[in-house]
Amino acid sequence: MKFVDEYRDRSAVQQMAQAIRRTSTRPWTLMEVCGGQTYTIVKTGLQGLLPEGITLVHGPGCPVCVTPLEMIDRAVAIAQRPEVILCSFGDMLRVPGSTQSLFDAKSWGADVRIVYSPLDSLHLARSYPNREVVFFAVGFETTAPANAMAVWEAEREKIPNFSMLVSHVLVPPAMEAILSSPDCRVQAFLAAGHVCMVMGFEEYVPISQKYRVPIVVTGFEPLDLLEGVRLAVAQLESGRAEVENQYLRAVRRSGNRPAQERISEVFEVTPRAWRGIGEIPASGLRLRETYRQFDAESRFAVKIRHVEESKECIAGLVLQGQRKPFECTAFGIRCTPDTPLGAPMVSSEGACAAYFHFGRRNEDGNSIVSTATTGH
Amino acid sequence: MCLAVPGKILTILEEANLGLRRGKVDFCGIRKEVCLDYTPDARVGDYVLVHVGFALTIVDEQEAQRVFEALRQLDQLEELKEIAT
Repeated sequence: MKFVDEYRDRSAVQQMAQAIRRTSTRPWTLMEVCGGQTYTIVKTGLQGLLPEGITLVHGPGCPVCVTPLEMIDRAVAIAQRPEVILCSFGDMLRVPGSTQSLFDAKSWGADVRIVYSPLDSLHLARSYPNREVVFFAVGFETTAPANAMAVWEAEREKIPNFSMLVSHVLVPPAMEAILSSPDCRVQAFLAAGHVCMVMGFEEYVPISQKYRVPIVVTGFEPLDLLEGVRLAVAQLESGRAEVENQYLRAVRRSGNRPAQERISEVFEVTPRAWRGIGEIPASGLRLRETYRQFDAESRFAVKIRHVEESKECIAGLVLQGQRKPFECTAFGIRCTPDTPLGAPMVSSEGACAAYFHFGRRNEDGNSIVSTATTGH
Repeated sequence: MCLAVPGKILTILEEANLGLRRGKVDFCGIRKEVCLDYTPDARVGDYVLVHVGFALTIVDEQEAQRVFEALRQLDQLEELKEIAT
């Protein structure tokens, strides 16, 4: 595939790894923010190509992983109503709530469907005018333009039986939360390329300056990730802390303006609880007053009990880069993708699932990068 | 979740049934209809990055080559260093 395969080329990847080895003289800890980046790093064994002192820790950029338990319980309770068709992306359906996942609810008779795009759920609402179609909207800034468009279109067409359960989160406040923790290990960030494709990267400049931390906007293929590491290490070695853009083929400084305009027309910033981390101020999106009639949370008044997370699961520490998945006592024993204790074991982009599927293969440090890499 | 896949625009359907600007995009043989409202400058033949049915950016073909140019320069720099020592 053009613009994918060439960035998986073995010799180019090895050349870039060599350039990193030449650049680095000291140990450094870098965090890749996005779960899609984590997936590529663990799957292709990129850590094994880096000099020993350079450690990649994995960030909170997996929306499925940070969606609070209560929100999943709410989605399950709404899905159980006989008039409702509940739709979401595939990953979301397997995440365990306090008693069941959306897939469990489906096996008990709830009408739960996987869709590719929020526009598909709008199409369902048109096709089933006597049913209530609810889209469970999770995601970062990358997904917000699509969800905003679905609500905007529902308003334009006056589709009364469509609504959205919104659990949207924003990346920069989470990066600040990680940096301001006293246990923070992160010395530089590889920022999430596709989030910046929508939002641009101006908002990272004050974070970089305040915490004196290099932030490199980075793509998702092996060569992108290693170039991101090289640029971040070069900054650290020379004592600089700037925002740089590695992912030039996709990201413009000011991002995608029409998408930003549609997001801010439909959504407004709100405090949001992150699973495993807690509430972060101004870190989420909710529907604006003018679009509140599409809010599933107020349309379906379901009662949700406060529930405790598994005591053994250390997902919160994994999501903040303070622990690696294999440092958890439940990893691979009581917690597997079939019987997950926490969400990072569910989503393919969750750090725990990535280590479960690919990590062991790379314990000897052998890279499995090849031009034939498929999947992500 | 933030996966975005590059595809080439084959046709643009201006009179879309939804009122949204749509196009047929080819992903290595798989063709899908994609919303082009967020890429108003996209033309037939352009590559766009598509996320959950929406094109969110036009791939800059020149910038896409930059990393390979950077690798060549890094290598040349290293050769010069070796000659100098």
